[in-house]
Amino acid sequence: MSEQPIDVLIVGAGASGAAVAWSLAETKMRIVCLEQGGFMNSSQYPSAGRDWEARGLSDYSISPNVRQLPADYPINDSASPIKVANFNAVGGGTILYAGHYPRFHPSDFKVKSLDGVADDWPIEYGDLAPFYAENDRMMGVAGLPGDPAYPPDNSERMPPLPLGRAGEVLARGFNKLGWHWWPSDTAIATEDYDGRGKCINLGACTWGCAQGAKASTDITYWPHAMRAGVELRTGCRVREITVGDDGMASGAIYYDEDGVEREVRAHVVIMACNAVGTSRILLNSTSAAFPDGLANSTGLVGRNLMFHPYALIQGVFEEELDGHHGPHKIIRSQQFYETDPERDFVRGYTMEIQRGRGPVTTALDGLHRGLIPWGAAHHDAFRTLYNRITGMVAVCEDLPEEHNRVVLDPELTDADGIPSPRIDYTLSDNSRKMLDHAVARASEVLRAAGAGEIMTESPIARGGWHLMGTARMGTDPARSVVNEWGRSHDVRNLFVVDGSVFVTSAGVNPTRTIQALALYVADQMKRRLANLFD
Amino acid sequence: MSERDDTETDFTAAERETLGAIAGQVVPASAGHGVPGADDALIRSDILATARRQHARVRDALAKLDALAREESEMDFTALDPVARERVAGRFREAHGPAARLLAALVVQCYYRDGRVMRSLGMADRAPFPEGFEVPQGDWSLLDPVRARPPLYRET
Repeated sequence: MSEQPIDVLIVGAGASGAAVAWSLAETKMRIVCLEQGGFMNSSQYPSAGRDWEARGLSDYSISPNVRQLPADYPINDSASPIKVANFNAVGGGTILYAGHYPRFHPSDFKVKSLDGVADDWPIEYGDLAPFYAENDRMMGVAGLPGDPAYPPDNSERMPPLPLGRAGEVLARGFNKLGWHWWPSDTAIATEDYDGRGKCINLGACTWGCAQGAKASTDITYWPHAMRAGVELRTGCRVREITVGDDGMASGAIYYDEDGVEREVRAHVVIMACNAVGTSRILLNSTSAAFPDGLANSTGLVGRNLMFHPYALIQGVFEEELDGHHGPHKIIRSQQFYETDPERDFVRGYTMEIQRGRGPVTTALDGLHRGLIPWGAAHHDAFRTLYNRITGMVAVCEDLPEEHNRVVLDPELTDADGIPSPRIDYTLSDNSRKMLDHAVARASEVLRAAGAGEIMTESPIARGGWHLMGTARMGTDPARSVVNEWGRSHDVRNLFVVDGSVFVTSAGVNPTRTIQALALYVADQMKRRLANLFD
Repeated sequence: MSERDDTETDFTAAERETLGAIAGQVVPASAGHGVPGADDALIRSDILATARRQHARVRDALAKLDALAREESEMDFTALDPVARERVAGRFREAHGPAARLLAALVVQCYYRDGRVMRSLGMADRAPFPEGFEVPQGDWSLLDPVRARPPLYRET
């Protein structure tokens, strides 16, 4: 038997689910969030043990197909050159993200007008600006105002992360070429912030931050949201969103942590499961009214999947650098961010500096690249690389293409028998050219900085960190899934607040924008409570 | 490969020996650097414990290695002399790349968390948390030429 209807059901407790829950809590509505994972115990994060790097290859892998934890669902990404990365827990992907935290640029919302490709967003940078600021206060951002690659923004920041030796070396390289660089905005506290300790340079940001300096939403938004009355149910995996006779969403059917099927009824449903998870649930929510999946009258749910194709470019230096000490992110360059008609591709990319690596990663990569042999020569070869590698990734803007999509796999299911997603994705010509350009330019700056051996990987196969576009927003119901404030065109009490709604991907990490969008949608809902379904 | 012994690991005694032997091939001891090999008893025990998570794949890789050894000299890998071991290990990497990479990954992830090895590299012999590390601020005056640049963003 199902319980009394609640006011708002949120599916997913990650970056966006946490933000929308916190924002809506002030309405005093009854809000329940269902999350398939559990709460993390930071004392058991890998950096609390000597096997921290090894755990990044197993239970803290970015791939759900490697982790295979009870909260995970398998993803068939064998047909994609870029594999999906995610994490399923309270906090979602923010548990494992590096905390690199740039905003979009104003131009990112206008790619059709500026460059004649893809589509403009139905909202502008200015619409999101107050919500970027609100989100920054909740998450805590370190950085430095004054970046010439962005319009003036004097929002409060904590001091930037230390440059360290690696940052200094690369900054000199950029300066030698006269190229832009700037300290990265990061969601990493460099001062004690909102009950969280400041960064102590554990160097294991992408395996969960045991110090709590990195802003994952389990320790930022959720404590506030729960104190304000939001109910968070963990270990609850949603199978489908249900629909009433009136064509409105009526709640969800889910499996609790004991595998027992349950139903929750709700007046409003908000999807916040990332661009793969949300598509999966909507496509699985078939009914007489929606035979192809909920909110999918256009057939666009799952389509226009965007990753950011990433290239990895690293150099080996003679001097000792930072190794694994300190957060991964230091500085970024947006020298090649905007479209340049002289190039053979449109749009651009961010160069995001990666500080260094630990001994296990150094050894594994050295073995893989043939730089470290088996046998007696292993030790000397290892020591020429250890603490001497730094470099960058290039985060390339991915343009939307309908054939890149999430569908339901006909055979693969999770432990509860729910069909798993399959990823059909190909790299575009534009992306390949952009990746090639990025590899060449990054190699150039590494050489200018004094690197000897250069190591590259393009695209990074495991690099599907950013999931966007599969329920895009727009004002035209024939060409978008949700409207300009996140409400489904088809189902007037169904909202999407995760990266699914992105129209284009920009060339920067999306989490800060995902969260600003979630706060923006929540604000729109609060303003329209009296006529939300009109 | 005969009887199973689950008291220490899920691997047979013979498999444990083979895993130890190949570990020593990947990273042998070095007197010059003052470090043990990956076939050191403590490191070997860590490798065996870690290998349990990928038990089937590791067993399969070890079987492939022994099959190559038998093909060459009708002996298991552990019975080969050092020169033959090196030769078979080379053939193993060529013929069974994924299996060789799996075993090498197992070996180095355990080797480089051994306290003796960490100390030899100048690393603190401990987990990163809770003490953390010091990272120098660096020279922020390097930013001065960038500050002097005109705006880089595109007007909309």
